[in-house]
Amino acid sequence: MAKFLLLKHYRGAPTAVNDVPMDQWTPDEISAHLRYMNDFADRLKETGEFVDAQALAPEGTFVRYDGEGRPPVTDGPFAETKDVIAGWMIIDVDTYERAVELAGELSAAPGAGGKPIHEWLEVRPFLHAMPTITE
Amino acid sequence: MTAPVDELLLRGLTPTVLGILVRRGADFAAAEDAVQDALVEAIRVWPADPPRDPKGWLVTVAWRRFLDATRAEAARRRREEAVEEAGPGGAVEPGDVSQVDDTLQLYFLCAHPSLTPSSAVALTLRAVGGLTTRQIAAAYLVPETTMAQRISRAKRTVSGVRFDQPGDVATVLRVLYLVFNEGYSGDVDLVVEAVRLTRQLAAAIDHPEVAGLLALMLLHHARRAARVGPDGSLVPLAEQDRGLWDTGMIAEGVAVLQAALARDRLGEFQAQAAIAALHADAPAADETDWVQIVEWYDELVRLTGSPVVRLNRAVAVGEADGARAGLAALAGLDESLPRYAAVAAYLREKDGDPVAAARWYAEAARKATNVGERDHLVRQAARLRSAG
Repeated sequence: MAKFLLLKHYRGAPTAVNDVPMDQWTPDEISAHLRYMNDFADRLKETGEFVDAQALAPEGTFVRYDGEGRPPVTDGPFAETKDVIAGWMIIDVDTYERAVELAGELSAAPGAGGKPIHEWLEVRPFLHAMPTITE
Repeated sequence: MTAPVDELLLRGLTPTVLGILVRRGADFAAAEDAVQDALVEAIRVWPADPPRDPKGWLVTVAWRRFLDATRAEAARRRREEAVEEAGPGGAVEPGDVSQVDDTLQLYFLCAHPSLTPSSAVALTLRAVGGLTTRQIAAAYLVPETTMAQRISRAKRTVSGVRFDQPGDVATVLRVLYLVFNEGYSGDVDLVVEAVRLTRQLAAAIDHPEVAGLLALMLLHHARRAARVGPDGSLVPLAEQDRGLWDTGMIAEGVAVLQAALARDRLGEFQAQAAIAALHADAPAADETDWVQIVEWYDELVRLTGSPVVRLNRAVAVGEADGARAGLAALAGLDESLPRYAAVAAYLREKDGDPVAAARWYAEAARKATNVGERDHLVRQAARLRSAG
């Protein structure tokens, strides 16, 4: 009963084994990839482990406070930003081992040539609510 | 004319009603759905039209729901005929003598070893606790559909288990302890629910460890108001305002524990409760009987052999015999243990080494698994560093 974030990166993760960019796949390969992702989410809904999934646009804006009475400063997108998040899935599972197992399955989504991408996914545990017994 | 429904009373009837349906021949999964429907119906109807016999009302409505669902399946005609022969209301009276046993059997079934911990927790809260799927989902911060799937899979997993098969009390206690320790987030108070379910179990079975767990829960729950400061931050035991402790609940916990210990069948939960009782017994933190607490930790180490227990024991040794003794007790333990860094930090500071302590506190904050603890530990590191 612990939640984990499975983070998918556009950039910033180590290079995948099957690293052909999606725009160079065939349309059928793209369909197969999307079907795999949807089936994966559906399967987690059936096992009662699914919490949330979200894809993000690749380009974002940096925003910061610029002092009293001034509008916030915006900047970017930065072409050189090293780490770009592509999206996430949140799962609620019994063990860390189960989270790793599921991330491994998700990383096997097919890419170019219908072969698994072997993409690196980042598994991050949630900080949960305070347990009743802490002493 | 309308009175709010006493939800705790209503939910307290859940296992009895479910047990009656199962004894009448309903299969567990269908009976459980029918009882849920009846509970929802009760909340709707009772305010304007409270029944004279709540349990009888629930049995009648749940049984009718069960029959409706069963009739919808032609393949189950045979059972339907058997039911009609038994006449309206069925053959078994609601006041059946075996209802205490039924309750116990439900606890065993919902904590069956074939279930994962999260499934056992969800099924227990629904089938024994009478919570709705929506309430359980909200308490565990997952979508309702996810929780619904978790529960229906759990029901399928135990569908082949005989209802009257004896179960293992220890697995039930682990499930209840998990519910208790989940914390305070969400609309449903899982702590209160865990105490209620453990109390109900203690009424159904005479077992010193059930009493031990109930005592442990009461003694911890009694300190609830003092554990969190006005800003929501964690207040450690030594700094708690003991005037905020619930003395009535402490007295009950101590009484339950003493009765259990008198049976002379010591177990893990009784030993943990004994430690909690010694804390509760001290009028001020510096009047805590640490020597006795160390003795109980020795018992716990003997009972469990758990490295986490040894870690907690090191803290107690540090209090009873000084920081050096505590650090000696810590030596040899695996640094990757949860909270090792926090214990090391505490003992280092006590030993007069604020620099090392601050470093350990910062490390402990990085490894914390919940926000309250992390914030507390970061603050400890900051306190030492800004004083130095």
